[in-house]
Amino acid sequence: MTKRVLDLAPLLRDRHTKVVVTCGSGGVGKTTIAAAMALWAADAGRKVAVLTIDPAKRLAQALGLEALDNDPRRVDIELADPGGELWAMMLDTRRTFDEMVMHHSTAQRAEAILANPFYKVISTSFSGTQEYMAMEKLSTLAATNQFDLIVVDTPPSRSALDFLDAPQRLSAFLDGRMIRLLSVPSRGVMKVLGAGFTLFSKAVSTVLGGQMLNDAAQFVRLFEEMFGGFRERAQATYELLREPGTAFVVVSICEADSLREASYFADRLRAERMPLAGLILNRTHPPLARLPLATAEVAAEKLERTAPLTAAVLGIHADRLATRAAELHMRARFDRVHTDLPIIEVATLASDAHDVPALREIGLRLTAFSPVA
Amino acid sequence: MTAETPGTPAWTSECHRARLHIVTGKGGTGKTTVAAALALTLAADGRRVLLVEVEERQGFARLFDVPPLPYEERKVAIAHDGGEVRALAVDVEAALLEYFQIFYSLGFAVRSLKKMGAVEFATTLAPGLRDVLLTGKVKETVTRLGSDSKPVYDAVVVDAPPTGRVVTFLGVTGAMSDIARRGPIHSQAEGVVRLLHSPDTIVHLVTLLEDMPVTETIEAIGHLREVDLPVGTIIVNAATEPRLPAASLVPAAEHRLDHARLAAGLAAAGIVADEAMLDGLATEAAEHGIRVLDEAGSREQLVATGVPMLSLPRLVEGADLGGVYELADRLSEQGVR
Repeated sequence: MTKRVLDLAPLLRDRHTKVVVTCGSGGVGKTTIAAAMALWAADAGRKVAVLTIDPAKRLAQALGLEALDNDPRRVDIELADPGGELWAMMLDTRRTFDEMVMHHSTAQRAEAILANPFYKVISTSFSGTQEYMAMEKLSTLAATNQFDLIVVDTPPSRSALDFLDAPQRLSAFLDGRMIRLLSVPSRGVMKVLGAGFTLFSKAVSTVLGGQMLNDAAQFVRLFEEMFGGFRERAQATYELLREPGTAFVVVSICEADSLREASYFADRLRAERMPLAGLILNRTHPPLARLPLATAEVAAEKLERTAPLTAAVLGIHADRLATRAAELHMRARFDRVHTDLPIIEVATLASDAHDVPALREIGLRLTAFSPVA
Repeated sequence: MTAETPGTPAWTSECHRARLHIVTGKGGTGKTTVAAALALTLAADGRRVLLVEVEERQGFARLFDVPPLPYEERKVAIAHDGGEVRALAVDVEAALLEYFQIFYSLGFAVRSLKKMGAVEFATTLAPGLRDVLLTGKVKETVTRLGSDSKPVYDAVVVDAPPTGRVVTFLGVTGAMSDIARRGPIHSQAEGVVRLLHSPDTIVHLVTLLEDMPVTETIEAIGHLREVDLPVGTIIVNAATEPRLPAASLVPAAEHRLDHARLAAGLAAAGIVADEAMLDGLATEAAEHGIRVLDEAGSREQLVATGVPMLSLPRLVEGADLGGVYELADRLSEQGVR
């Protein structure tokens, strides 16, 4: 069986590709991959924005991102094609939410919402808010038509693909049924649920305190008229993600946990009919010398006393081959499940990538066909 | 792998005396695996240890290769000499219902409300409530006594939320402002605060020797100290085993290994090496050297925090049950008991 290779070069160069979304579990190098793809496309002459969530400090510095900044800034570097442009931004969840509220409400009402203590909870800690806002920001940026390509990094969700579910969950949560029940239980409801509910409602107010429930109820009243706008907007974003100009790439390292997540992502994206381009297997360890494991091990042992440096080098090679064997095993298991998913491997760099040359190197590795060793 | 400061054991008497071990770390550092290994190590000598998971991920079930854990303590592993590790996956909803049942005799009615999302609603409204419930359950397991009036568990190891959230998670005092100033859950929370600030509790931070996890670890140590939570050890995970002689490290990293010398060595072992092979091997050695040097730099930053360090190797075969036992052996060699 020949495996399809994920060929990113034509995808990133294609002017029909407007949005690339990277997803994957935490710690797999998603942000770096997103930045590297954006830089590669900019080097190829496109006007690219990369939307990052939580970049490593040094990577952020390399992109000229010193602080959270909710608007893309032009990255001051020389690009291979002078016609290209690279812009970068770091998502500010709270501010994006604020902007969304202000956009959908009158100034006075928006002010009341932003001042509500409960709004703080929703706009910062409701699970999935960050994912939701990343997509909201993407939607806003895409609507400006200011960029040829937007590369979006998604937050390392615990429950993968929260960004697909969050808008739905949030609006279900905010439609206020429960808050109304708890703050002003009406007689009709009481009849249905019986005395148990009164007790429950009492218990909840004992636990949470009355003030909290009042704030929540006020918040919902203020929010109510914006629901329509929010839902429409969430729907529009969802549609944008399904358009042919969008491509999802799943990023994973070659380890069991990370690949399990990747597998889930791939299945879910397909179930939602999102355009999944393929899997990037990051930080793999293909051997760089053709010397079999057994030979290396025997020789290393033999040379331990007489040529310790050569023995050490052979030991490093043997370690690498052992790691590689485990990676190939993992990859084969993944392949068996996702037979037709294109994959590209990106061999590990010696150091974490946190400067432009390193990002370019990753870009090269991403766009070059690398044969499976 | 040796302790960082020869002479002073990384596993201090404070660590030894603590019964509640909170394990945190940045996502992707392997904190779940390390927490499991720590529990297995502490279960030596026939002791009984409980592993608690609070993020509803079923990480322990996967690791120990058992069916998903119910909200119930289940035996998951036996230590080499007969000690026992049990695991519990705390479910916030179940914990809240447990409270309502105990304090308000609301069994049946609550279950029907659960379907309406009432519990998710309450915990979303007050995120602090969630943490109070989770830590409350942890406290219950630590303080539970058996029929012999001795604690049921010799130690409880918690796979806590990641470093970014752990201070909030343990900062139950702050969370209490989310909940009413009276009632059973409030008094429960006060008990949790007492336990967390007692010598019974200690926090361990799992990290990789990489930029972001190290930065987060150092920040988390600062935050934990600010709120007076006791930091036990930094557990370095997946450290690269240095292969090169110290003197060759920098030359290798700078790609300055003598190819002729390498070729001669290989020839002595009967390997005929062409330039491509020599270059490949030298590049592999360079990558290894750079990594070891980078890791040494990260290690220095961690040493500067003054927190004792334990070190664990990378598991080539991945984190599985065998790997947990291997890591437990390594912890035990470094004095963890």
